[in-house]
Amino acid sequence: MTSNDDLEDEIVREFLIESLENLDQLDQDLIALEQRPGSRDLLASIFRTIHTIKGTSGFLAFSKLETVTHAAESLLAKLRDGLFDLTPDITDALLRVVDAVRGLLAHIEFDRSEGDAEVTQLAAELKALLEAKVGAAKTGAPAGRTRDGGPGGSAPAPAPVLVPAPAVTGEPDVEADRSGQPDALTAQPPLAVPAEPRSAIGDSSIRVDVELLEQLVRLAGELVLARNQILQRAATVQDEELGRACHRLNQIASELQEGVMRTRMQPIEHVWSKLPRVVRDLGAQLNRNVRLEMEGGETELDRTLLEAVKDPLTHLVRNAIDHGIESPQQRRAAGKSETGVLKLRAAHEGGQVVVEVCDDGRGIDAAVIGRKAVEKGLVSEDRLASMTDNEILHLLFVPGFSTAAVVTNVSGRGVGMDVVRTNIERIGGSVDVESRPGHGTVWRLRIPLTLAIVPAITVLCAGQRFAVPQVNLLELVSLDGERTTSRTERVGDAEVYRLRGRLLPLVRLDHALAIRRNGQSVDTSSVIAVLEADGRRFGLLVDKVLDTEEIVVKPVSGIMKELGLYSGATILGDGAVSLILDVQNIARRYLRSGESVDSQVADVAVADVADSRQLLIVRIGANRRVAVPLEVVTRLEEFPVADIEQVGRRQVVRYRGGILPLIRLSEHLNAGYGEARDVVPGVVYSLNGRSVALAAEEIIDIVSEASVTRSDLDDFGLVGSAVIRDRVTELLDVRTAILAADPMFYDDRSGHGINRAIPDSQGAWA
Amino acid sequence: MGMTELLATFELGTHLCAVEVSQVQEVLLQQPLTPAPGAPTAVAGLINLRGQVVTALDLRVRMGLGGNAHGGDDSFMNVVVRSGDEVWSLLVDRIGDVIEVEQAQFELPPDTLNGPIRELIKGTYTLEDRLLLVLNVQRLLELSDPVQA
Repeated sequence: MTSNDDLEDEIVREFLIESLENLDQLDQDLIALEQRPGSRDLLASIFRTIHTIKGTSGFLAFSKLETVTHAAESLLAKLRDGLFDLTPDITDALLRVVDAVRGLLAHIEFDRSEGDAEVTQLAAELKALLEAKVGAAKTGAPAGRTRDGGPGGSAPAPAPVLVPAPAVTGEPDVEADRSGQPDALTAQPPLAVPAEPRSAIGDSSIRVDVELLEQLVRLAGELVLARNQILQRAATVQDEELGRACHRLNQIASELQEGVMRTRMQPIEHVWSKLPRVVRDLGAQLNRNVRLEMEGGETELDRTLLEAVKDPLTHLVRNAIDHGIESPQQRRAAGKSETGVLKLRAAHEGGQVVVEVCDDGRGIDAAVIGRKAVEKGLVSEDRLASMTDNEILHLLFVPGFSTAAVVTNVSGRGVGMDVVRTNIERIGGSVDVESRPGHGTVWRLRIPLTLAIVPAITVLCAGQRFAVPQVNLLELVSLDGERTTSRTERVGDAEVYRLRGRLLPLVRLDHALAIRRNGQSVDTSSVIAVLEADGRRFGLLVDKVLDTEEIVVKPVSGIMKELGLYSGATILGDGAVSLILDVQNIARRYLRSGESVDSQVADVAVADVADSRQLLIVRIGANRRVAVPLEVVTRLEEFPVADIEQVGRRQVVRYRGGILPLIRLSEHLNAGYGEARDVVPGVVYSLNGRSVALAAEEIIDIVSEASVTRSDLDDFGLVGSAVIRDRVTELLDVRTAILAADPMFYDDRSGHGINRAIPDSQGAWA
Repeated sequence: MGMTELLATFELGTHLCAVEVSQVQEVLLQQPLTPAPGAPTAVAGLINLRGQVVTALDLRVRMGLGGNAHGGDDSFMNVVVRSGDEVWSLLVDRIGDVIEVEQAQFELPPDTLNGPIRELIKGTYTLEDRLLLVLNVQRLLELSDPVQA
C-alpha cells in the first residue's frame, strides 16, 4: 500500500519537475512565436508541451489542470492548422494559461492538491476566443483583433461554456476522456508527436538529487583539505614511494574536485529564460518598445550562485525598462529608433563571470544623482565636488538612496540598488555601473564561478594567519624591509602610500581587527595587499604574504559573522583554522570615515613625486632572474603543466573554465627549462577584458625599483638588466612577451579609454 | 522513584557545573585554537572539529569567574554542545562524571549567588557536600556584549 503511495508520489514529483521545466520553455516559445508568428516549429513545440501536461494531468486526475490545458490545446490546434494567425490577444491568453498552470503546479507541489483556484472562467474565455477567431476566419473577416480591449480579461465571455471536468475513474484514460468530450476540435487523432529532439540528451543524462550533489561537493572539498595536509607532511619525509603516491593523490583529488564542481554548473540561460516574459509584460505596461538581446547564455555558473543572481538580475532588467529606456515618443524626439535595445551579456573573465545588463536608454546623469545624494545628506557638497562621475554613480548603491528616489510600482518598491549590491556581495561578487547620459547605461555584475572553493592568499598579521580572497586582490606591494612608517605617509589622520603616483589609503590589518601586538610596538608590517572593494582601491597592511591557496569556505557561527570582519573560515594545509577576511566590509567600515581621507588625499598634489616601481622577480630556466613590472600582475597563479596545451604555434592553458593564452618565459627568452615540474607559477594580466598568462619557473620576490641598479643590455625580449639584491636580473620587455602569447592583446577596445596605462617596451620602464 | 535527568558535569574554578547530556555532542581534549580578533572576549577562538569550524567559548570568562581557561599553562577540555543549527565548544577546566539526578531535587539559583553567573544558571542540585550548577546553554551563547577591543 505504502509502496503504491510512494510510487504515486514519485510520479507526481517527476511530473512537477518536468512540467516546470517545460513551462519555462513555453514562456520563451510564446514570446519567440510573437516575433515569428509563422514558425511551425515553435507552434509544434508549444502544442507538445501543453499536450503533455494535459495528458499527464488527466492521468493523475488533476482536473483543473486538465481543463485549462485542454482549452489551450484546442486553441493551439487551430492555430497550428493555420485557420487563423497569432495575434497579441491570443498570446496574452496563452501566457495567462501558463501562469494558471504554474499556480496549479505550485499548489500541487505544496499539498498534492490543486487547491481552490478558479479556472473555468479562463477556460471559457479561451473557448470564446477560439470561437470568435474561427468565426472570423470563416466569414473572411481579417483575423486580427475581434475584440477591443486588448488582453481579454475584461471582455465578457459569451455564454459561459463549461468544460466538463473529466470523471475521475480508477483507470484514468486520457484517450477515453478526449473522445468522451463532444468537442470536434480534439476528436481528431492526437498530434503525432515527432521524435523528441531532446531525447538524445535524455538518454545520456540523468536527474540527480541536488542534496546528493551538495554532499559530493562538500566531500570533494574535504578531500582537497586532507590532500593538502598529506602533501605538506610528505614533503618532510624522504620516501620515493610515498612521493609517487602523493603525486597520484594530488592529481586525482584535483580532477575529482574539478569534475564535481562542474556537475553543479548550469548555463545562465536558466535564469535568463524568465526575462523575455518580464520584458514583454513590463514593456506593454509602461508603453516601451523593447527588444531583448541575449549573448553568452551558455556561460556556466554554480547553481547556488545562479539562484542568487536571479533576483538582482530581474531587478536590473526591470529598472532598465522603467528608468532607462524611454517611451517611443521620447526616443523619436531624441533621434533614436523607437525600439530600445536591452542587452544581456555573460562571459567568463579571469576566473569570474561577468554579466552585463546594457540599455540604450536615457542614461544616468551624474549631476542629478549627486544633487540627490547631497539632498539626502549622503555626501557633503565639498566631497561631491571632488568625486569623479563614476564615484557619483556608485552612490546609487548606498542604502537610502534609491528607495526614495523615484517610486513607481515597477522598480521602486523599496527594493533599491543597495539590495542588489548586498545580494551580489553576499556571494562574493560586485556590481558596477557605467552610464553615458543620452546613450545608455551598463550595469555590470562580477560573480565568482563557484562559492565552495575560492582562490585566496594567506597573510600573516601579528603571528596570525588570515585568508584574503583573490577576487578582491589587485596586487601586492612589498615595502622591502624598510620600516613601514618611512614608506607610508600621513594625510591628516589617514595613512596613505604612494603607488605609481596615486595615493592609496591604507588600512592596517592589526588596527582593523584590534589585535594587540605583544611586546614593544615593533612595526612589522611589510606588505601592502592592494584590494578593490566598493569600487575603491585601498591597501591592507599586513606583515607578510605566506601563500596562495585554493581554500574551502566553511561557515562560521552567527556571532562571528555579525562582527562584519570575516566572511567565513577555512582550514589550512596544516589543519589549523584560518579566518577569511570580509574585505568589502572592512573597506566600508574603515574607509567610510575615510571619506575625509579621500577628499584630503585628492587635495594633495600627486604628480610631483616620482614613485618607485614595484617589480616581481621570477626565475626562468635553471637560474636566470627576470623582473616583471607589478602593474602587469593582475593575479599570481599556479598552472598545472598538464593543462598547458599547444595550439598551432602558441600555447594556451585551461584556466577556470576558460582558455587563457600563455607564454612560458623560459622558452620565450631561450633559457631552457629548470627541473621538470607538475605546476608552474606565473602571473595573469588582464586588461580591458583580455587576459594573458606569463609562466615562470619560480616566483622569487617583489622588490621596489628604488633598489635597482640598471645597466643597458639589449637582447631579444628584454629591455635591459639590473642588479637587484646582488643578482643580475633581466628586465622583461612586457609588450613583446604579451604579444607573443596573444598577438591581439592590445588590439581592440583601445577606444574604451579605461584609465590604465598600457605598458610598452619603453613606457613600462620609463 | 521520580523523574530523573542525566547531566554531564565539569569543573570551572571552584564551581561544579553541568549541562544536560542531551545537549552534549562530544567531549574533546585540548585543541589548537585560532584566535578570533574582534570577537567578544569570551570567544576563545575557533577549532577544527573534523573539518567543521566551531566557535569556542571560554566559560571562565563568560561567567566572570576570573582568569581564563585557555590562556594559562593548564590544559583545558572542550565540551562540544549543539544549540539550534550551531555547534559550539565550551572550554572548561576539567571534565567530571555523567550523573543522574532526581528532578524533584531541582532548585532555583540560591539568593546568595550574585553577579553575571546568576543569569546563566537554570538552577541547582545539592550533591552530598557540593552545589551543582546547571547551566543555561542558550543564555551562555547569547553574547550580546559589544566588541571589546
